[in-house]
Amino acid sequence: MSTVKIELRKDQIEKIHEFCDEFNNEHGELINVLHKTQQAFGYLPAEVQEVIADKMRLPVAKVYGVVTFYSFFTMIPKGEFPVSICTGTACYVRGAENVLSEFKKQLDIEVGETSADGRFSLSCLRCVGACGLAPVVLVGEKTYGRVAPDDVKEIIEEYRS
Amino acid sequence: MSRYSMHILVCGGTGCKSSDSDILVEKLKKELDKQGLGETVQVIMTGCFGFCEKGPIVKVMPDNTFYTQVKPSDAEEIVEEHIVKGRKIDHLLYTDPETSKHITDSNRMGFYKKQMRIALRNCGFIDPERIDEYIARDGYMALGKVLSEQTPEETIALMKSSGLRGRGGAGFPVGLKWEFARNNVSDKKYVVCNADEGDPGAFMDRSILEGDPHSVLEAMAIIGYCIGADEGYIYIRAEYPLAIARLKTALNQAREYGLLGKDIMGSGFNFDIGLKYGAGAFVCGEETALIHSMEGERGEPTLKPPFPAESGYLGKPTNVNNVETLANVAPILLKGAEWFSSIGTEKSKGTKVFALAGQINNVGLIEVPMGTTLREVIFEIGGGIKDGKKFKAVQTGGPSGGCLTEKHLDTPIDYENLVENGSMMGSGGMIVMDEDDCMVSIAKYYLDFTVEESCGKCAPCRIGNKRLHELLERICEGKGETADLDRLRNLGEVIKDTSLCGLGQSSPNPVLSTLDNFYDEYTSHVHDKKCAAGVCKDLMEYFILEEHCVGCTACARACPVGAISGERKELHVVNPDTCIKCGACLEKCKFDAVILK
Repeated sequence: MSTVKIELRKDQIEKIHEFCDEFNNEHGELINVLHKTQQAFGYLPAEVQEVIADKMRLPVAKVYGVVTFYSFFTMIPKGEFPVSICTGTACYVRGAENVLSEFKKQLDIEVGETSADGRFSLSCLRCVGACGLAPVVLVGEKTYGRVAPDDVKEIIEEYRS
Repeated sequence: MSRYSMHILVCGGTGCKSSDSDILVEKLKKELDKQGLGETVQVIMTGCFGFCEKGPIVKVMPDNTFYTQVKPSDAEEIVEEHIVKGRKIDHLLYTDPETSKHITDSNRMGFYKKQMRIALRNCGFIDPERIDEYIARDGYMALGKVLSEQTPEETIALMKSSGLRGRGGAGFPVGLKWEFARNNVSDKKYVVCNADEGDPGAFMDRSILEGDPHSVLEAMAIIGYCIGADEGYIYIRAEYPLAIARLKTALNQAREYGLLGKDIMGSGFNFDIGLKYGAGAFVCGEETALIHSMEGERGEPTLKPPFPAESGYLGKPTNVNNVETLANVAPILLKGAEWFSSIGTEKSKGTKVFALAGQINNVGLIEVPMGTTLREVIFEIGGGIKDGKKFKAVQTGGPSGGCLTEKHLDTPIDYENLVENGSMMGSGGMIVMDEDDCMVSIAKYYLDFTVEESCGKCAPCRIGNKRLHELLERICEGKGETADLDRLRNLGEVIKDTSLCGLGQSSPNPVLSTLDNFYDEYTSHVHDKKCAAGVCKDLMEYFILEEHCVGCTACARACPVGAISGERKELHVVNPDTCIKCGACLEKCKFDAVILK
């Protein structure tokens, strides 16, 4: 798990407890609890997982096992502007790899990392279902279609200013 | 709806929404209000029309005019010219690539001509957020008919004779599945809709859920009645926010209308549906893994038997069907088994939805009768290969499928034919590749996916696929040897034979089918260390073009290993033996003289 220790505030712990109670602390609802918590905190660090495990009376290992199994859950905080490049097959054959390497170069981070200033994070996702616009890039909720490596700089600039 | 004399249908599918179709809807409404037409012309945001390549799509009814690539800035012209003055706007009409003539009626367009829509019948026709529109197109009539006129046994018999098979991948007969679940006696049973569409490049389930959510709800209630269940769940990817929102709306409306909940249509039958969210795991498309995920566990599959029909969600008999399968249920019950089984081939009845993507002119979602040939799909509906390039292969069935080539183009598409040729139906992804695609890297791409998505439970899939991927990586880096080709095949066969679930049992398909159909591409990677398509960078060399080089020495100075030689103002040359292929020269050259080939 992560090496940096986070101190959760009392109100944050209470919030997590609320989410668990909302689903009656039922073990079968663990994934829904994790969805809610990640939505509120942006990510699921070890300390948050411990609180959930304790409240739902589950082993921490079990919570950790579920968090790391599903790609939607992350233990690293995302940037202010999360950049996701679709690497589904349709985007791949239309050059998503080149777009991805341009983003890596421009932002100077690897996939799964967040830039030092905390503004951008980079991830890959598999198919957003907008294959007609391949290759597709998402920044937060906004979709960019038919992206060429040459467009990358411009897209980043939009958020830098 | 009757008070409106005209309707403007705007596509609200994910592709078109990404191109600002939601802003277009707002602008159209504003323009109509400006003209005082807000009460007579209705703007409806529908589900996907399928023609994603030319999105956003707008259709004006009743004169049936089909506009393509409409931007929010076109709203004013559409209202002023078409709606007010009745003049069609030429530059927004679809141009036939062969005759260069404008076509207004979508049924006459090559993309739609050969299609037959059963599962997608309502997508692009109705407002998915209004239950009344679904009902107006015979929605919930099948449920009413079953509840009032048919016994569960009669309904199951009808489904069996229709010949409908599961559209999620394996093609198991649907009626038979229901019968198994019905015959297992239990105090509690569940109906599950598998909407965990994880196949990259396939988006039919999403389009059905976004464009016609009630068709899925109705079918689930019918299954509940047939197998004796009163509770259902839709397991849907959290990555599909629009589909989730539309499902929630649809569920509330259905409950409000008494079509879900207690004592449906006064029949005494109770049924309600809840949502469960996936969290991004391809293996959860496998039904036992899906059920574990619903229970809040890691989505790992378990050995069958027991089948979900015996012991599924919470250990109770559970019937799992995929979205497209469910969308076929109501039309079959209304029009009859004979009608349905008259469509398609001997063993594969009805239609199939395909997500057509890749190097093709008309990317989109299509529905064709089973037995349509790949040639018809790719060249007639798909409009051929992009930029006039040469067709090379089509990959069907996603990461579990295989690559088919030129020689398979006239094979009628059905479950059996695809498997016989080393591919499979899968969920219906169809990715077209042209001469510039390297088949070895495509195989590597799919293995990359499988390695990432393997749940790790069984060794053949966890370790075997990793080894397969390493072999492919070596070949793409120019380090492959002849024996690697046999290793690929042997290992692939072993993984197929010994893996626990469908993911591992089909994961070597992309490798095995490309070995079968593109063996010479593998050998040229291994023996000649060449990638003819120019995709594998390690097999290419940096080269300086004589006609562009001015001898500025920038490249030679940038080269960290001194691989470039040449005098000032004279042609420079790369020594391939010293070159480490870092690309510094290509970046530094201002005259585009450095190329990779």
